[in-house]
Amino acid sequence: MSVESVQYLPGKQPHARERRLTFRNVDRAGFDPSIECYLRDGGYEQLHKAVTMERQAIINEVKASGLRGRGGAGFPTGVKWGFIPPTNTKPVYLICNADESEPGTFKDRYIMHQDPHQLVEGMVISCFAVKASLAYIYIREEFPEAAKILEKALDEARAKNFLGKNILGSGYDLEIYIHRGAGAYICGEETGLIESLEGKRPYPRIKPPYFPAALGLYMCPTIVNNVESLCHVKHIIAMGGAEYAKLGTPNNTGTRILCVSGDVQRPGYFEVEVGKVTMGEVINDMCGGMKSGRTLKAIIPGGSSAKVLRADEKFKLKDGRELGIMDIPMDFDTMAACGSMAGSGGVIIMDDSRSMSWVLNNLNAFYAHESCGQCTPCREGSLWMKKISDRIVAGNASPSDVDELERLANNIEGRTICAFGEACSWPTQSFVQKFREEMKAGTKSEIEDRIVAGETELAAAGLVG
Amino acid sequence: MIRFRMDVPGELEAKMDEVITHYPVKRSAVLPLLHLVQQHFRHINDAAVTWVANKLGLEPIQVLEVVTFYPGFRQSAPGKYHIRVCRTLSCAMAGSYELMESLCKTANIDRSHVDHHHPIAVSPDGKYSIEFAECLASCGTGPVCMVEDDFHEAVAPEKAAELLGKYQ
Ligand SMILES: Cc1cc2nc3c(=O)[nH]c(=O)nc-3n(C[C@H](O)[C@H](O)[C@H](O)COP(=O)(O)O)c2cc1C
Ligand code: SF4
Ligand code: FES
Repeated sequence: MSVESVQYLPGKQPHARERRLTFRNVDRAGFDPSIECYLRDGGYEQLHKAVTMERQAIINEVKASGLRGRGGAGFPTGVKWGFIPPTNTKPVYLICNADESEPGTFKDRYIMHQDPHQLVEGMVISCFAVKASLAYIYIREEFPEAAKILEKALDEARAKNFLGKNILGSGYDLEIYIHRGAGAYICGEETGLIESLEGKRPYPRIKPPYFPAALGLYMCPTIVNNVESLCHVKHIIAMGGAEYAKLGTPNNTGTRILCVSGDVQRPGYFEVEVGKVTMGEVINDMCGGMKSGRTLKAIIPGGSSAKVLRADEKFKLKDGRELGIMDIPMDFDTMAACGSMAGSGGVIIMDDSRSMSWVLNNLNAFYAHESCGQCTPCREGSLWMKKISDRIVAGNASPSDVDELERLANNIEGRTICAFGEACSWPTQSFVQKFREEMKAGTKSEIEDRIVAGETELAAAGLVG
Repeated sequence: MIRFRMDVPGELEAKMDEVITHYPVKRSAVLPLLHLVQQHFRHINDAAVTWVANKLGLEPIQVLEVVTFYPGFRQSAPGKYHIRVCRTLSCAMAGSYELMESLCKTANIDRSHVDHHHPIAVSPDGKYSIEFAECLASCGTGPVCMVEDDFHEAVAPEKAAELLGKYQ
């Protein structure tokens, strides 16, 4: 099953710079989601291998691979698995996070629709490694088709004893069920997800103490991993951790899927070795450049929560290098060093036709809608920021409203239960910091004058001090 | 106490009983049961809330608080075909607000009363209902929308009539 023998559908050929692992079967000619097709292609061979391995040996391979979570935070998967308390006597659960709802991210959907057994195999191996005998796929409600496909895949896997009792004669039992969400972004946050799976409102839990690996579902150790992360586990078993770690760059190993949307000629998904392509190569080579006659203005590089990058920025790195936006290698560490994050891999490109106030307002509306409401700074602040940016877009704001936006965001970050607080502040902070003049250009100073005039009148009447 | 009556067909209840076995704690079945209720009755009314609570040994408020939190659950009847248009950035840049406008115009839907707590607008003939959804995870092919469980990509605003024509 050499990679060369794989044919893709017309017009859907991967770009020459891609390295397909988890997306190997996406858009593949003659490939379908059935187990027969998957087995013909060497499917479940890695599971056969894994159940003969020591559990700790699997965890060690995943650690050696350097795999970092593909759901957003980029936390090392093997390290997370190692956090299950060694003295634990409670049941262990594993949850596949298939909530895929970070704006700009569209990768897990294709794996689930086109290659469901890759996910099932990756999950069963992962469950075996962490000794989970019950696992769930938490899938967003807006993926009804994917839920059906996965349901069928699980039935097929059960019928072949890749799931159920005494899997492949190993004495290991495992059940996996699908659990559908109901349209709330916060269910993607792992502790919100767990509350939701317990049948409650998805109010995130505070960490510490509620790190899922110690106190998760039903207060038992629980591993939550993204769809793409769990698929990588299968390839790590196939290649060995050390060999896998040769893909990508140091501390940013393996491949990952970049999802590009916005103002480029050919938006789409690209699986690349982490850090081996630059932003410029993604935009110009893989996506065919900007729309004709347009120039780049801004990029949100890792899902809507990542801080925006301005086209003419220069990024000074600790090692003395200075990068332009097009030189940034697409990896976790450099993107963080440039003041943003690689996040979920969702790259949103904006050209010079876009108003930054309008863009920020669109995102503020998202966060105002999705705040779960537990923490006052997030609940009130996200709505307040939306209202101010509404005003800016409508041309009814004063220049100080723009600064007020930034002040509000600064007062949310770091003061909330979950990372949604950062997620909703970072767009506002970065858009205002980098496009302050543009945002102020559409505002009216008379509005401020009128407020001051009103206050002066009240003061004259002795009504305010 | 007001007693709510609800007729749940045996087949539907059998599905619910099966789903409950997926969880070591019954309360976890709240969302799946509500999905089954909504699929069958098209929305979730007070009778259904009480019924699900009884089924799972919960207080009705423990079910109601779930229904009111999640945008995916509806407390009033939608149209025969329910439409969700993606509102978020990539789709908005590709024209999803224009798509929303064009769908509403074609289906004669008035969205002027829509707010955070009442996101759905229904056409006068009850055939279509519509709401904005947040990022549907297909940002590379916007604007996207869902009609019932069907997913539609790259729906140009001028294709609204053609799209609705498929749902009679
Ligand atoms: C507000 C918020 C939303 C999130 N949404 C998702 C999501 O949709 N999918 C996902 O895999 N992770 C999401 N995450 C990250 C999860 O909390 C968690 O880190 C991840 O599922 C862990 O898996 P990984 O280590 O394999 O990345 C979100 C986090 C936050 C704070
Ligand atoms: S930060 Fe926001 S989303 Fe997270 S728990 Fe607090 S209110 Fe909820
Ligand atoms: S923004 Fe519409 S699918 Fe993501």
